[in-house]
Amino acid sequence: MNELRPLTVSLKTSEDVVRLRQTVRERAVEIGFGLVDQTKLVTAASELARNTILYGGGGEATLEIVTQGERRGICLTFSDRGPGIPDVELALKDGYTSGSGLGLGLGGAKRLSNEFNIVSQVGAGTRVTIKRWR
Amino acid sequence: MARIPILKMGAFLLVTIQVDMHDRLALTLQDDLTTRIVADRAHGVLIDISSLDVVDSFIGRMISDISKMAQVLDAHTVVVGMQPAVAITLVELGLSLEGVRTALDVERGMELLRLQVSEG
Repeated sequence: MNELRPLTVSLKTSEDVVRLRQTVRERAVEIGFGLVDQTKLVTAASELARNTILYGGGGEATLEIVTQGERRGICLTFSDRGPGIPDVELALKDGYTSGSGLGLGLGGAKRLSNEFNIVSQVGAGTRVTIKRWR
Repeated sequence: MARIPILKMGAFLLVTIQVDMHDRLALTLQDDLTTRIVADRAHGVLIDISSLDVVDSFIGRMISDISKMAQVLDAHTVVVGMQPAVAITLVELGLSLEGVRTALDVERGMELLRLQVSEG
């Protein structure tokens, strides 16, 4: 089982979102996440994957098993070379959407994760990283 | 393209979401439901999500849109069978599904719809 090797998948279509959810679910089960933790992680992944496609013009997601002393977790990184986010704080606000969504994706993914990081540059792209620990 | 089946149950319509939905499927479902509510003069819609182990804001948005659209057509919407882990996650996600009632299963969902319909 090559669980320690990072896995990168392309995010271009809504089928890719479905596949990513399944992959994240499988890995989460493998390293022993409980059902609620699995669901939170998969849901956060779904939100960020959709964002990558809808707003980022498509991109990729990387899944890594991470360790910190005794504990293990999953780290997911979503990156695109899209337009970037001019005002990240605004984008994180619930209800704010530059499209026709509910505006919950970014803030929601942050709430559903133990760790959250976002780097975005207008004209260059966006990278969101989330971690969930067991 | 596959479509989500819509079943008629008396004055209500039942939709069971069992597959991971992509955008086109979701839009097709909304269109089909609109047509069916009018054609069957349905008083309510039951959305069965008991098979869904993930409900994200995209699905949440679809449920919310279905509910609003049904309301315009004078029909109520009840969501049934939400899995516990999904319920917990939705709260944390911040998805409120305002105006959408929920019930544990289809039977209770239909009771709820009958109640809502009789209250006018």
